[in-house]
Amino acid sequence: MAIARSGFTICVAIAALVLACRATLSASPERSGSPQSPTFGVGRAPTAAELRAIDIDVAPDGRGLPSGRGTAAAGKDVYARRCETCHGPTGREGPQDVLVGGLGSLSTPNPQKTVGSYWPYATTLWDYIRRAMPFDHPGTLTTDEIYAATAYVLFMNGIVGEHDEVNQQTLPLVTMPNRSGFVADPRPDIPVKRKP
Amino acid sequence: MQRSRRWFLRASAFWSSAAIACRGRSGAPPAEPRSIGAPISAYGARSRFEKAARFVNRNTKAPLEEAASQTPLHDTFGIITPSSLHFERHHSGVPEIDPAAHRLTIHGLVDRPLVLTVDELKRLPSISRIHFLECSGNSSSEWRGGSSGSDVQRIHGLTSCGEWTGVSAALLLRECGVHADAAWVLAEGADAGKHDRSIPMQKMMDDALVVYGQNGEPLRPEQGYPLRLLLPGWEGNANVKWLRRLKVTDQAAMTREETSKYTDLMPDGTARQFTFVMEPKSVITQPSGGDRLPVAGVYEVTGIAWSGRGAIARVEITTDGGATWAAADLQTPVLPRAHTRFRWLWKWDGRNAVIASRCTDETGYTQPPLGELIARRGTNSFYHNNGIQAWRVAPDGTITNGNRA
Ligand code: HEC
Repeated sequence: MAIARSGFTICVAIAALVLACRATLSASPERSGSPQSPTFGVGRAPTAAELRAIDIDVAPDGRGLPSGRGTAAAGKDVYARRCETCHGPTGREGPQDVLVGGLGSLSTPNPQKTVGSYWPYATTLWDYIRRAMPFDHPGTLTTDEIYAATAYVLFMNGIVGEHDEVNQQTLPLVTMPNRSGFVADPRPDIPVKRKP
Repeated sequence: MQRSRRWFLRASAFWSSAAIACRGRSGAPPAEPRSIGAPISAYGARSRFEKAARFVNRNTKAPLEEAASQTPLHDTFGIITPSSLHFERHHSGVPEIDPAAHRLTIHGLVDRPLVLTVDELKRLPSISRIHFLECSGNSSSEWRGGSSGSDVQRIHGLTSCGEWTGVSAALLLRECGVHADAAWVLAEGADAGKHDRSIPMQKMMDDALVVYGQNGEPLRPEQGYPLRLLLPGWEGNANVKWLRRLKVTDQAAMTREETSKYTDLMPDGTARQFTFVMEPKSVITQPSGGDRLPVAGVYEVTGIAWSGRGAIARVEITTDGGATWAAADLQTPVLPRAHTRFRWLWKWDGRNAVIASRCTDETGYTQPPLGELIARRGTNSFYHNNGIQAWRVAPDGTITNGNRA
């Protein structure tokens, strides 16, 4: 930036002052609290309700999972109603992503990457179904339906039993077959220096 | 596919201008209208004679909302991709977002979580930078040999370059007061599927931008209107569009897009994860697959080179399948993590030729032959093919994909 550092700091200070005044003079609903950002005087703190509505990610250790429960037995029906048209009766038929099978195929010429053969964390399945599925109506499943659909996809892959309860506590403990299948990026992974 | 045959046109331009000159003696050139033209207008459109378009493959199992369209690299000039032709990759369609209602929330391991409006972001110090964006699935067709009839748009059209304007992500994070144990930032979109990726804090603090401008205008909806994340030099998927949330965390979220997808499967069955950087790459865009050289003679060979690790230092051209290489001219500006235009004059003798470019970036990395990548990574990795692209020129002037042996 072309402005000298001291000049810039003064500008910023003045801008912050002006913004702070403006904020108190015209207190719109958006600006109920005082501005949160210390240097530039912009933004406000999110309310607890606002955060609850958007803080939807689930970590591998289970942080972010809401209370609720489901079993594969209950998930069979959810799957048939909400998933089967796109993923097939047994999760293997498509037409969209194959969800089941592929164990032992990753090092063959035709690897099948599925939830069962490839995914390292069961929490990712819960997170993704809540986030993005069903593809044509994401966000329309209840919490218990998400647990049940998760359980059913895991059950079809032979990872949980039909009546195992999947919930906040048990889901992070599910060990996926390919849990240790991922490595860090080693690139550049080839000799890269060449003579022109 | 609509494709201009510029090579043919360029070669015949001399004769047609000669013809016009001759005709000029007897009357006005017919191509110059004498009637009054169109009035001024509020928002410009290109000439109706121009047809360059993104390639949309409608023959797919997946819905077109979960798909990619490719930039016509052979029909763009210089280094800036027009916003209308910037490649697309969406996972749940293009949302329509009212910027007045959109908010960016920054929270997690911070002292002061922030909800920001788009207008507030625009009040902050702005940065404009020219950077490429490349989908890591670009050129993936070639791992298994590609198709001889394919062209530069369908093979390499998932890279584009633009001028992006926005706010430093580091500035925003500092305003929030990041905790000492923070290591990752989860970036999340407001699209239907809430696309999300975990980004290392180091990148966020280095050169990441929260962007609202593209080529002097607000972002196009397909590019994330009204806000997107821009991670210079990193794979497109991580540059989250329609950005609504940045959550500062101590661990990666292990989202579907960073486990099931965008991981590179190796021959031993392990997969590389968080392979963010797009390594040095170049491709000849003209002449290229689908073109036909009308006669033996002199042609300008041109194309683009780029590196996610910095600026392009040199580009070399071969016309004998890699036996010998000659230095191409680099068109200024040569910018870090941006497309760089190269040019080279070639006298084609009318015989079989295999032409290709290879680039070297400022770190000294030289773009490898695809075969070397395959020897190291096998053919299952799908993502991150930055191998050399060969084009085969036949004696009749037709040009085809030369990656197949
Ligand atoms: C209208 C079609 C459709 C329906 C219904 C649907 N899906 Fe999907 N699903 C898709 C598509 C398309 C993708 C790929 C999305 C992408 O790549 O962005 C997908 C991807 C997935 C994936 C990720 C697969 C992988 O290996 O990465 C899972 C898991 C999944 N769906 C589960 C479900 C479940 C569970 C349901 C029912 C609750 C469901 N889907 C309903 C179309 C559908």
